Amino acid sequence: MSNPKVLARLRASLPGSSVLTGEHAVRPFETDGLTAIRETPWAVVLPETVEQVRAVLAICREHRVPVVTRGAGTGLSGGARPLTDGVLLTLTKMNRIKEVDLDACTATLEPGVTNLAISEAVREHGLYYAPDPSSQLACSIGGNVAENSGGVHCLKYGLTVHNVIGLRVETFEGDELVLGGKTLESPGLDLLAIMMGSEGMLGVVTEVTVKLLPLPVAKTVLLGSFGVLEDAGRAVGAIIAEGIIPAGLEMMDNPSIRAAEDFADAGYPREAAAILLCELDGTVEEVAADARRVQSVLVAHGAEVRLAEDAAAQERLWKGRKAAFPAMGRLAPDYYCMDGTIPRARLAEVLNGIGTLSEEFGLRVANVFHAGDGNLHPLILFDANLPGQLEQAEELGDRILRLCVEAGGTVTGEHGVGVEKLNTMCVQFNDEELSQFHALKAAFDPDGLMNPGKAIPTLARCSELGGMRVHQGRVPHPDLERF
Amino acid sequence: MHEADRLQSAVAACRRMSSSVAIVGHGSKALLGPLAGEDTLSTQSLSGIIDYRPEELVVTAWAGTSLGELTDVLAEKGQMLPFDPPRFDGVGTLGGALASGLSGPARPWRGSVRDAVLGVEIVNGRGERLRFGGSVMKNVAGYDVSRLMIGARGALGVILSASVRVLPVPAAEETLAVPCDAGEAGRLVRDWARQPLPITGTCFLGNTLHLRLSGSAPGVSSARSALDLGKPADPALWAAVRDHAHPFFADAAGALTRWSLPRGSRFESGDALIEWGGCQAWSHGGPVELGEGGFATTFSRGRQPATRPAADPATAKVTARLKHAFDPDGVFNPGVGGFQGSTEG
Repeated sequence: MSNPKVLARLRASLPGSSVLTGEHAVRPFETDGLTAIRETPWAVVLPETVEQVRAVLAICREHRVPVVTRGAGTGLSGGARPLTDGVLLTLTKMNRIKEVDLDACTATLEPGVTNLAISEAVREHGLYYAPDPSSQLACSIGGNVAENSGGVHCLKYGLTVHNVIGLRVETFEGDELVLGGKTLESPGLDLLAIMMGSEGMLGVVTEVTVKLLPLPVAKTVLLGSFGVLEDAGRAVGAIIAEGIIPAGLEMMDNPSIRAAEDFADAGYPREAAAILLCELDGTVEEVAADARRVQSVLVAHGAEVRLAEDAAAQERLWKGRKAAFPAMGRLAPDYYCMDGTIPRARLAEVLNGIGTLSEEFGLRVANVFHAGDGNLHPLILFDANLPGQLEQAEELGDRILRLCVEAGGTVTGEHGVGVEKLNTMCVQFNDEELSQFHALKAAFDPDGLMNPGKAIPTLARCSELGGMRVHQGRVPHPDLERF
Repeated sequence: MHEADRLQSAVAACRRMSSSVAIVGHGSKALLGPLAGEDTLSTQSLSGIIDYRPEELVVTAWAGTSLGELTDVLAEKGQMLPFDPPRFDGVGTLGGALASGLSGPARPWRGSVRDAVLGVEIVNGRGERLRFGGSVMKNVAGYDVSRLMIGARGALGVILSASVRVLPVPAAEETLAVPCDAGEAGRLVRDWARQPLPITGTCFLGNTLHLRLSGSAPGVSSARSALDLGKPADPALWAAVRDHAHPFFADAAGALTRWSLPRGSRFESGDALIEWGGCQAWSHGGPVELGEGGFATTFSRGRQPATRPAADPATAKVTARLKHAFDPDGVFNPGVGGFQGSTEG
């Protein structure tokens, strides 16, 4: 696209260094964390103030140029993939912490503040921001809102939707929506909730108010090693049936254990079929009592248990889990991370299904699992340099997500739909539901120019896909309505 | 014909006839004002638990299920609804609790109604039966329509069924009464918010601050020792305040105002009942002046509640469009919540 008039107006409204065009300047922005999907943006703008955001939106509105909003670009579903005929609105320069209110226990932030920076800024006051996605060092709070990000502690402390209490949002029409704030409730419809996980489709988040929690006094981490994977799955249910909500409860299967151990030297048992990492936090007495109860549950389910009571030992155990993704680099040149969520009771069945598919496709799959909340991350190992392997990995991923939906789960627990899961959305939702989503978007963005083509597939796409699948003789969900 | 199909047909018929319906469960929320549909659509017969797996921390039930039945079923497995919804006159349905979006005394600590909702099945104003969300904790597929339904007072659709997150009932619970004035109560509550204490309720009225601690037995007992104040008090207070059965709410003749106050607010009004760590207060009579960032809703018998300040034009515009997106012909609860706004005006 070449539109000198739009460019001139953008340049007039923003500092010179905040408008990028041309192959070399914009190339770093052609993808987000889902690197398999790339597109070169026509222009990248990096506003520093909300006034500049408004100016960009006004120019794009007048010239009908689509806008894709981007935070740190760590998203894993292509939600921030730019458009060749659109403006990429990058909010990383808006990274000021505007206010920390110690009476209210809140922080008010510009959207480009990184997740970890919030907790670091308030640690001296004994407070922290609870959601901690793996990318927390880099990912921005605005992006967390767009994806409703989780993390390893969300079973006990909730997702972004439970921890963000106020937003300011610029709409494509040029209105500012002030949603929530420091009150707990909001009058009228819960527009704050609908913004969470809306993948930049409804408006541009320009300010985020989060609640801060007191840092727990004590914590401990238990490592349970299992000879049988199903036992680990049952132990998770049993811990929760005990009335304990762990701060974190993570499971890894044998391929993940080995890869993480090779990479991070976390002290995991290499021969175990599965391990469970269970973090407990609270008062000193509480943590001690809960640790004893969790230990007996784990032992009763056939686990060998190790307790990490000091910070160094805990860090070592978590290091392995956090290294699970990069560790895959040792097993294969590339991996493709899936993000299905399933009812925990169906875990063994789904993992067996994934095993069968893995054999069928001839691609290895390692599983790491936010076991507490049923969020499964199968990592499909492949080599993109081998012709056809990327496509095969994507096809396998698609089949795994269908398995999750069949088990009563969802195609994405925390990574979002973006462009990656548009096809599997057709499996999870029928046409009437998709139409309702489109109508909802139009209430915020009647022109349909905010991040067009993401998150919600068109009915035509699903219909075409439905036809193709019938042609190939495998309709995965004949009972689902399509037309 | 299943009751859910019957409700769907009733909505479709209503739309064909350009009529409207008032959606009613147990009809216990007179507080929220009268409903004005030409017909009544009752969810009372759409009742029962659909699926309950304690180890998944999720229950799925039909909208007409009584809160009493639901909480009994959960209690048998040592679990509860985290949002602890009010049961005015001792009754109320799950659907009513979700549509009204009213949460109980533990709301700042255990979350609101919408925080706990994982999925819903609804009938929209076009008579379509739609499912959003699901029964899993984490789900970002599509917009979070389930949570949009909470507190929408039926203006967007009839909730047929819902999946909500549940929590274990705490092993130990203690209620303490601390004599103090409003200023001191405010200071205490703000201090506590910065400490990792297992607080699940605060209620200030008439120079007494009530405090509830819940959690594991060692957690509660160590918190009580650390606080070292107050005397044990009757835990029945919390349900009484929640259900407006407390004597404070007995003056039924006049208007009642609910104040939604910013976190960390000073406690100023000596006559108000202040709960939720200072974030929600109730007073008799109409609203007076508000501090920055709060809002007040006045409930008067037989009238729609009035909220001040009124929604700003940008919010009103999106709200009216959302109403139209879900219920284009205005089938549901006409006039409720002022959701039919500028697109018609």
